This record gives sequence, structure tokens and C-alpha cells, in this order.
Amino acid sequence: MNIAILSGKGGTGKTLLAVNLAAIAGDAVYIDCDVEEPNGHLFFKPKSIKTETVAVKIPAVDDELCTGCRICVDFCRFNALAYIADRLAVFEQICHSCGGCTLLCPEAALREEDRIVGRIEEGFSGSVKVYSGILNTGEASGIPIIKRLLNLSKKERPGLCLIDCPPGSACIVMETIRDADYCVLVAEPTLFGVHNLNLVYELVSLFDKPFGVVLNKCLEGEENPSEKFCLEKVITILGHLAFDHELGVINSKALVAARERKRYSALFSTLLASVLKEAQHEAVVNP
Amino acid sequence: MKVAVPVDDKNMETSVCMSFGRAPYFMIYDTDTKEHSFLDNSAADSPGGAGIKAAQTIVDHRVDVLLTPRCGENAAGVIKAAGIDLYKTEPQSAIDNINALVIGKLSSLNDIHPGFHSRKGR
Amino acid sequence: MKQLLILSGKGGTGKTTVAGAFISLAGARAYADCDVDAPNLHLIMKRWSEPERKDYFGLPKAEIDHKRCTRCDLCRQNCRFNAISLNDHYQVDLFACEGCGVCEVICPEEAITLQPAVAGELMLYREEDSVFSTAQLRMGSGTTGLLVTEVKKQLCEAVGEAELAVIDGSPGIGCPVIASLNGADLVLIVTEPSVSGISDMERIIQTAEIFNMQITVCINKYDTNLENTALIETYCAEKNLPFSGKIPFDPEAVRAINSGKTIIDLDCPSGTAVKEVYHRTMELLFNERCSIST
Repeated sequence: MNIAILSGKGGTGKTLLAVNLAAIAGDAVYIDCDVEEPNGHLFFKPKSIKTETVAVKIPAVDDELCTGCRICVDFCRFNALAYIADRLAVFEQICHSCGGCTLLCPEAALREEDRIVGRIEEGFSGSVKVYSGILNTGEASGIPIIKRLLNLSKKERPGLCLIDCPPGSACIVMETIRDADYCVLVAEPTLFGVHNLNLVYELVSLFDKPFGVVLNKCLEGEENPSEKFCLEKVITILGHLAFDHELGVINSKALVAARERKRYSALFSTLLASVLKEAQHEAVVNP
Repeated sequence: MKVAVPVDDKNMETSVCMSFGRAPYFMIYDTDTKEHSFLDNSAADSPGGAGIKAAQTIVDHRVDVLLTPRCGENAAGVIKAAGIDLYKTEPQSAIDNINALVIGKLSSLNDIHPGFHSRKGR
Repeated sequence: MKQLLILSGKGGTGKTTVAGAFISLAGARAYADCDVDAPNLHLIMKRWSEPERKDYFGLPKAEIDHKRCTRCDLCRQNCRFNAISLNDHYQVDLFACEGCGVCEVICPEEAITLQPAVAGELMLYREEDSVFSTAQLRMGSGTTGLLVTEVKKQLCEAVGEAELAVIDGSPGIGCPVIASLNGADLVLIVTEPSVSGISDMERIIQTAEIFNMQITVCINKYDTNLENTALIETYCAEKNLPFSGKIPFDPEAVRAINSGKTIIDLDCPSGTAVKEVYHRTMELLFNERCSIST
């Protein structure tokens, strides 16, 4: 069962939730798909790390075979190729790795080579299998890393897999929820929070993903615009996490709260049960 | 010699466009024949690599000198590899810049900015 | 016109809250929200007029003409993005399609064409004395970087005379952030004193340095972890990075934001603290002019 944890707005508590739910579940897989700013590994501090680099395919030209016909230059929609001073130049960072130029070259003068854009680290924290995707700084897109992460995780035994998603609702988030069976949307009780909750609500609805909301940082006696939104749209509320100073401090130290205090262990157990119940119900009702 | 300038409009009094890669047009001026023409910049709407495509257009038209207020490093790479000289425009019309070039009043463009999709070093 | 860009690395540290305060304090006549994925600045900057709206076209998307399709499968086999599948007909997944054109060129029946696709909407708010440029990306869309570029271009074209443009950026370090860096004179990084916040701050600093940007750092919610706050200050000192100040955690800030106001509009601790951050940042931004002329 793949459960994706996303939020639209940053800083609402995706990682807090994903990490603690995985820790409570024990025998689970945690995948950090926020490859631009991965944080899960800071909490789990996984051991027995195996690293694998992630590369994309970039064309390289054999100058002896190239006749300067420019079919590749004219074809490339991303303008990653230029023909100057009788040589083909490839602009690697712009290339989208579509393979078109290599396919079209009438002289077979282009071949594809690997260019490393990031890496994946696999390790263990207790019985939790931790996967972290890390994009190299300066690179524009983490999508190839997310694709590889999700492919790798398919090799795991069937069981609970928690996917920590990047903020937002753009193509990178869409990639992350592609194979999710259920989505947990984390919302905070602010104007910005509800505005962005609306965006991911539309995203998961667009992809027909069953989902529920966890309301985080709830303030007693204060109006909660995100809760109001859920009630208006008849969205399942999986749980409320009260604004908790101590939880914030523990979290700021990159400690797994569920492993630090009994009351957080109980809190996240209840939440996990609620999430699993809904997720499994949806799997039966809407396969 | 053939001089190219990124411009905002297709007329002789036009101003210089602030961007090279996404300029709507290029003015091509031949200092020997005093003839000029305008090229549409097909790179203007590109999702990416606009500077490169614009530079390719300049190279293909056998330009000798490019005058521009700024230039990204990818485009600059293309321009320099083709042996084209790069000069920085002053805040005045395109034709005034060309005249300034001819009397040696323009300086080389040295301040090349990183492209949107590029990275230096590492 | 000087451009100040506000970034964070980690989401939720307070970029938009700080941006709103800066815009109010400066009486800025030009500002933009480059978090096109999840724009929030418009929620606290009061606008009275309807914005000018413009469709944003990202990459074109492939379209298959079923009448010409002979099911040779060449398109699906050669699509690197797994965007083509066979159900009743050959279909293109519009979210996965990157508009590369391989299928169009490889189809022996010319059954595939690339069509323009709207990927978002640009909005420009014009008041007598200011312009505000923003955009909303359609969900699941790509070319975020190009839309960010369009937001900045729209701002620069619409603004008349302005000394300062305040740009609210997005979280992360990828393409929308990289696109927003271009043209910025100073990057203010708003961080928070958590281990995650520090890790993310380091990565955004690395990214900004790759592009030779001038950087300054401020810490929001600093009193939530004084130890980490001290670590951040030490880190900045060691790297010779200017430090613009610290803002305390303030429940009043949330109340301000929730009522669509900036933290300057209320009398609150975070509002008081952000003024100091503002002054130090402006000094850095405008002092540059002095140092060049000497």
C-alpha cells in the first residue's frame, strides 16, 4: 500500500507525519521524494547506506561522422543543440533526454551518454527501510530521481510504503503521486495553508486519488480555515494534531517524536490506524 | 562588416531590446553597403535555450559583430565559438549604437550572466 | 531598479510573510510572486482592481489523429516519458508529455501533431502607484521556470519608475528557483532554526552561489530553538555571509496573515523585529551602488 503525504504549502508537517507514521508502523518503507530539499534522513539517520547515482542520457557527437546536416539542431525543441564553426555543441543542462536527435541522425554520429544529476541512498533505521533521493545543487529537475526512487521501491516486499512528497502541485509532485494508492494531505490552519490545500485537493481529484486530510498545528478555540474547507467539500478528516510546542522543539532537533515520548508514540499510532483504515477502505470500495 | 542588434521594433529608430535571447527581432546592418534588414527571432517563445537558438540564428546569417546589452553564457559560448565579436550597447537607439561601434566608442561585453538552465563549476 | 529576491530552501519558513512586510515598509511600487506553483502573496497584498490576465503556454503536447493511426506502436516505443499508451486508441498522457516531438517525427502516417497547451495564467495588477505581477501554474504542469521568467518579465515591462522590486520566491532549489535568481541583485534567505531548515538553507545557499548571487540570511521563529539559531549565526560568520537579523515566533503573525494583513499592519513582536531585518537588508542592497562608484 503506497501512501503519499503531500501539502501544497511547505512547512505544514509532511515530513513530520511521514517519518513518524513510518517509525510507528515499524515494518515499513519510507521514501523521501522531496529530492530538492530532502529531510527524512536527518530524522532517521539511516545505517548501512547503499548509494546509487542517478543519471540522464545526453547526446554526444562523433565529430568524424558528423556532416553538419543540422537535422538534430532543427529538430531539438529545447534548443539544446547548436552548430557553430563546423562543430555540433550540446548544451547538457537544457537537454530533456528525449533521444530524438540520436534517433534522427542520418550518419549515426550521435550516441547517448550518462550525465549524473543526483543520487539515491538506501538504508535502515530500526526496521524502517529508508530511501532518500538527493538532487545535485544547480540541477533544474528532480523528476528522473523520483522516477528511479519509485521504481526501486517496487522491488520491496508488499507492505506499507510512505512517500514524503515535495511541496507544491507542479509536475514534480504529480510524478510523486502517480503510483500512490492513497494520499494524505497535511494542512495548517492559516490563510496560506487553506489556499494551497485547495491546489493539492484539485490535483489529487484530477488524478482520481482517494485522499484524506490531517489538520496540523491546530490552535484551540481558533477558527481553522482548513477545517472549514474540509467540511465544505465533505473531505474526510483523518485526524487533528494540536499545535504543540514540545513537538515543535523535538522536531526542530530532527528527532523522531514517536520514538522519543510515549505520548507521541500513542498520538501517531492513533493517526496511523485512522489513515490505514481509510486507505484500506478506499482500496476495497474504489479499486 | 555585418552587425546584429536585438531590437524592439522593425524600424530604423528602434530601441535596443534588453534581452538577447528573447528579443522579438534582430536588426542586421551592413556597414559597407549601409543596407539593413530585420529578422524575426524564432527563439523568442522557446520554453528554454532561447539564447542558444537566437545565437544560432545570428551565426547562420554570417554576422561579424553582435551588439547587445547583455548575454547569457550559453549564447555567448555559441557567439564566441563562431568568431563573432561581442560588444555592449549603450542606452540609445540601435542605429546610434551601430554608429558608436563604427567610430570605436563601444566596449566589449565582458559581463556574461549564467543561463537560466546552466551551472558553473562543480 | 534593484531586485530583492526572497528564498528559503525549506517551505514554510516565512518568505511570503517577510515579503509582505518588506513591500509595506518600502512602499514598494513593484513586486512579484514567483512561487507560481502555490502563489500566496496576493492574499495579503490588498488589490482593488481586477488583474490583466494572460494565458501562459508551456510546452506543446502531442495529439494523435486516430483516423490516420495504423497502430504501428513506434510512437509508444520511442517515447522516453511513457506518455503514450494503448487503450481503445493510442492516447497521450498530457501530463507526462514533454512536447519533445519524437512521436511526431517518427510516425510514418503523420498522425501525430504537437498542439499548443495552456499551462497556467499570468496576472498583472496595476494600481496608480504600483504593479504586482504573479501567475498560477496549472497543476501537474512543467516549465515552471519559464513561467517564473514571464512573471519577472511582465513586472519589468509594466513598471515605470521604481527603485526597488521585491520578489517572493518559491521553496526548493530547482528550476523555478533558478529562474527567479536571474536578474536578482540580492537574495534574502529566510530560514528557521530546525535541523531540516538548516540543511535546506545550506542547499539553497550552495545553489545561489553557483549563480554568483549576493546573499544575506535572516532567521524566522528564532526563539523556537536558540541552539540552532546560534549555529546558523556561526555558519554565516564563518562563510562571511551577511546576516540580516532574527524574528521571533509570534502567534500574532498568524492572526495577521489570516485576516489578510501583513505583520506590519499590527503592533506585534514579529512586526517590530522584521523592521530591523528590513533596514539591514536594504542597506546591503543599496550600498552596492556606493561601493562600485568608489
